[in-house]
Amino acid sequence: MPTFVYMTRCDGCGHCVDICPSDIMHIDKKYRRALNIEPNMCWECYSCVKACPHQAIDVRGYADFAPLGHSVRVLRDERKGTIAWRVKFRDGRVKNFLSPITTKPWGSAIPDFRNEAEPTQAERDSELLSFEPESIRLDDGGLHTLESNGLKLKEGVYY
Amino acid sequence: MDITTTPIAALAENGIAWADMQMYVSVMIGLVIVMTIADLLHKKSATYFFQAADKADELLAAGEAESSIGNESGRLKQLSAGDKVNALVGTVAIDVATAGEFSNGPRRLVHIFTMWGFVLFVAATAIIIYGEAETATLATAWNIGAIMLLVGSWGYWFAFKVDCQSEGQSYFQIDLKKDIFSLGLMGTSLTALGWEIYGGNTWFVLVLVSTTALFGSVYWSKFSHMFFKPMAAYNKRIIEANGTNENLPHETRDDEWQQNRHSMELLKDAPMDMGLGIKRSKPENY
Repeated sequence: MPTFVYMTRCDGCGHCVDICPSDIMHIDKKYRRALNIEPNMCWECYSCVKACPHQAIDVRGYADFAPLGHSVRVLRDERKGTIAWRVKFRDGRVKNFLSPITTKPWGSAIPDFRNEAEPTQAERDSELLSFEPESIRLDDGGLHTLESNGLKLKEGVYY
Repeated sequence: MDITTTPIAALAENGIAWADMQMYVSVMIGLVIVMTIADLLHKKSATYFFQAADKADELLAAGEAESSIGNESGRLKQLSAGDKVNALVGTVAIDVATAGEFSNGPRRLVHIFTMWGFVLFVAATAIIIYGEAETATLATAWNIGAIMLLVGSWGYWFAFKVDCQSEGQSYFQIDLKKDIFSLGLMGTSLTALGWEIYGGNTWFVLVLVSTTALFGSVYWSKFSHMFFKPMAAYNKRIIEANGTNENLPHETRDDEWQQNRHSMELLKDAPMDMGLGIKRSKPENY
């Protein structure tokens, strides 16, 4: 189901308009608050819902996991580096989730390519991509797998 | 321009009776009341807020719902009368008086200028006309109000109007249905100051046209937002205080239990403040 805006919470800041990949979040010309101008074209990517600083945008979850009468809310806390979801089913059960959305402070891991040396011809001809093999730790004991790290894939959903 | 006088007193001296002016102001007040009620009924704004309040009460009554994960205990709270007074004080002092809703600083400032300018201007006008006398204080409030309204309303039009700022429309392309509120405020402040500086019947007629357009279009404009926005702000403070918060998630990394969960291991050594991500840049690409 497409996004909709709680007009009483929206302050018309435009973060949702900036981030919408379909360019369907616009600012209403009269009320100066956000609205989804073309719900049919919304693919529920949740970008605007997460970007909204006032939690003014909501989406109904898909009927297969949350039939009518449910509530699926999300709160992206970029300062803490987490995203929290709260799913409330119509029978009253509640599921809460908290997950990381970054592991390093924002912007601290953006490579500065201007200061990197240009690749040599040999590097250009190599099958390895830029920054490989270090970036994928292939130079540190070969290919890392669950098995080589003594881990095992567990069945089912766990968190 | 003498800000300790207004052209209203001169109007009375030039033969327009105070009673006629009082009649005009009363009609404008009547229009605002009737049209605001019609707007609230049409949009069902009041119904929405009562429903929202009932929903929050239901969530509260349901208590600590069965939870698969997360620490729900002690999160919901029945608000005391003191808590509600606190919410009301916060709404009036922050959300209303300083336009606390806006996260965009300059836009907030423009709103403060417009709102307080409008309040000063309208209140001073009404007091002068119903009191049938003008004092230097009232006249100063009238002039400062008009100037603040001018700065706020014209500043909004030329710095924040999304049609022009982001969609490339001309500042002079007007859609009366959508812009009547802004134009009413801009016209009222400009013509009032023009009347104050130059005097004369032409400016006076322009003032009448602008104010009649502003107060006579309440049903079609966004004028009534000044009544339902404070209700929304109060409602938001109440649901945040009682913990229901429209079912928004409440889990945070601050909780030690959360820090030790499997999926949070990646953040074990990360700082608690990761700085700003997408909010580092202002939304200006729309």
